[in-house]
Amino acid sequence: MANLKQDFRTPLSRVNGLGSTKSGTEHFWHQRLTALANIPLGLFFVGLVVALHDQPFGVVQASLASWPVALGLLALVGSGLIHMRLGMQVIIEDYVHTEFTKIACLVLNTFFVSAIGLASVFAILKMAFAA
Amino acid sequence: MKPAIVHPRPLSPHLGIYKPMATMVMSILHRITGAALYFGTVLLAAWLIAAATNAEAFGWISWFFGSWVGRIVLFGYTWALMHHMLGGVRHFVWDTGLGFDKHFATKMALASAAASVTLTLLIWAFALLVL
Repeated sequence: MANLKQDFRTPLSRVNGLGSTKSGTEHFWHQRLTALANIPLGLFFVGLVVALHDQPFGVVQASLASWPVALGLLALVGSGLIHMRLGMQVIIEDYVHTEFTKIACLVLNTFFVSAIGLASVFAILKMAFAA
Repeated sequence: MKPAIVHPRPLSPHLGIYKPMATMVMSILHRITGAALYFGTVLLAAWLIAAATNAEAFGWISWFFGSWVGRIVLFGYTWALMHHMLGGVRHFVWDTGLGFDKHFATKMALASAAASVTLTLLIWAFALLVL
């Protein structure tokens, strides 16, 4: 019977305390930081959409171009996209067990998040700087 | 070389055999709403791009969001956002080391389920009836 307390890590690995891939703590921490930021930013976004839902194009564009709204949206897009990339990574790692498919899904995850981020940030900045 | 004889490994019982419990259902819904919010960011990016393009593009996206299909999607998105946010708040409670008592955890799960529906209805009532 093997010793149940056997530790397969090297003494250096143990003292660094970073886990097996050295990124687990960072993943958890970034997930929680962005989760916290997403609460006020998400509520701001809901309020914004509620306020603008019946407004004509000119009013919507003008308020999206105003600097407090533009900054809030940029923060939401940044924090939200980091959060959802981390979350989707966990989902993929939980359910996709074939190595090639898993890595392909993780790559697509990053590409999807980057595409949404670039498109959103470009649109926000275009409105903000055109105003 | 002969291929290694692989015996099928014993499997632990999976989701299907357990009676659904409040905390379990809410955990599953947390993941599903997270994934829905992930793909729903396409709508956010489309809205921002349309607003940054011109009145005609914004007219198209407004028409879609105002249609019955669009409204059902946005209503579901509102609920997913509220549900996932409240689920995140529960995780923050657990992060402090509190709230792990079985009956309290069940109460928290039921309360956040009720609160997510209530908040969604309030947001929509405010947007459609008050504004």
